[in-house]
Amino acid sequence: MGKMKETFLNPLMKGNPITVLILGICSSLAVTVELKGAFVMALSVTMVTGLSSLVCSLIRNTIPNRVRIIIQLVVVSMMVILVDQLLKSFEATYPIDKALSVYIGLIITNCIVMGRIEAYALGNKPIPSLVDGLASGLGYGAILIIVAFVRELLGSGTIFGLRVIPEAFYNAGYVNNGLVILPPFALILLGCIIWVHRSIDKDLQEK
Amino acid sequence: MEYLSLFVKSIFVDNMIFAYFLGMCSYLAVSKNVKTANGLGIAVIGVLLITLPINYLLNKFVLAPNALMEGVDLSFLSFIIFIAVIAAIVQLVEMIVEKFLPSLYSSLGIFLPLIAVNCAILGGSLFMQQKDFANLGESAVYALGSGIGWYLAIVCLAAIREKLSYSNVPAPLKGIGITFITVGLMGMAFMIFMGISL
Repeated sequence: MGKMKETFLNPLMKGNPITVLILGICSSLAVTVELKGAFVMALSVTMVTGLSSLVCSLIRNTIPNRVRIIIQLVVVSMMVILVDQLLKSFEATYPIDKALSVYIGLIITNCIVMGRIEAYALGNKPIPSLVDGLASGLGYGAILIIVAFVRELLGSGTIFGLRVIPEAFYNAGYVNNGLVILPPFALILLGCIIWVHRSIDKDLQEK
Repeated sequence: MEYLSLFVKSIFVDNMIFAYFLGMCSYLAVSKNVKTANGLGIAVIGVLLITLPINYLLNKFVLAPNALMEGVDLSFLSFIIFIAVIAAIVQLVEMIVEKFLPSLYSSLGIFLPLIAVNCAILGGSLFMQQKDFANLGESAVYALGSGIGWYLAIVCLAAIREKLSYSNVPAPLKGIGITFITVGLMGMAFMIFMGISL
C-alpha cells in the first residue's frame, strides 16, 4: 500500500510533469486564461493519461517493440476521441470554447501521456499504471489551475467567471492587467512557479 | 496578394510558438545550441509542408460532413486520421533523410522521429481544419508560414540560450526557469506584430 501511495504522490510534487519533467507545456499555457477552460483541460488530460496508461499496460506483453509508438498513438487517440465526444455531448448545457476543442485534440501529442506510457505503463502492472497516469494528470492539472487562477484573477478580476474584485475598486481607479491575459505572461508565470518550486526543493536545481 | 498576407500572418502574427504555444516541448528541449535547432527547424518546416496539404485533401474529401457520402459525417475521426498521416509521413521523411542526407540524420538523432508527436504538426492540421481554407494553395502557404515561424523562434531561442549559459543566474532559476522567462519576453517582442493586416 505504501508503494501505491508513493506512486500517486510522486508525480504531484517531485516528479511533476510540468515543472520538473517539462512535458506537456504546449496546452498548459494556452488554456489558462480562465479557470473554466483550465479545469476542463485538467480533467480531460487526467482521464486520457489514466485510461491510456491502463490500456497500454494491459496489452503491454503483446505489443511488438518496433511498432509500439504507433500502437500507443492509436490507443491515445481513441481515448482523446472519447473525451472529445463526451465534451461535445455536454456542449448544450456547458458550452466550451472553440479554441479549447483544438487543444483537446492536441492531448494526443501531449508528451505527458506518451511519456508516462513509455516510462511507466509498459513495464508495470495495470493498476499501478492507472494510478500513475491519473496522478500525472493531476500534477499537470494542479499547475494549470494555479496559473489559470492567477491569470483570471489579475487579468479579468473574476474566478470561475464570478466577479471577486468589487466594483468599488474599479471606481477608485483599479484596472485589470491587460498583460496577464496575453500569452507571454503565462510563460513568465510558469518560470516563476518553477523558481519557487526549485527554491523549496533544492535537489531539483540544475547545475 | 491574399497568399502573401496569409504567409506573413502565419509567420509573425499567428506564430506557432508565441501565439499558440505549439511544439513547446521539443522547442525547449532542443534549443540548447543553434546547430541542432537549425536542423530540427528545417525538418519541422518540411514535415508541415507535406502533411498539411495531405490532411487538407483528406479533410475536404473524406472527413468533412457530407464529403464522402450524403449524410455521413466522419469528422469525429479526424484526430486519429491526422495523427496516422503525420506518423506515416515522419517515418517516410526519416527514411529519406537517412538514405540521402546521412550527416543531417546523425545530427538530428532521436528528434527526427519525435516530430511525429510535435504538437506544432498536429496543431497545424487542426487549426487548418478550423480555419476552413478555400483551396490547397492556401493550406500549403499556411504550412510554410507556420513552419518558418517555428523555425525562426527556435533558432532565436537557441542563440539566446548559448549566450545565457555564460551569465550568472540565480540557482533555482537556472536552466529551464530562465528559459521560460526568456521565451515570455521574446513573445512580448513578437506581439508588436499583432493586429497587422496586409
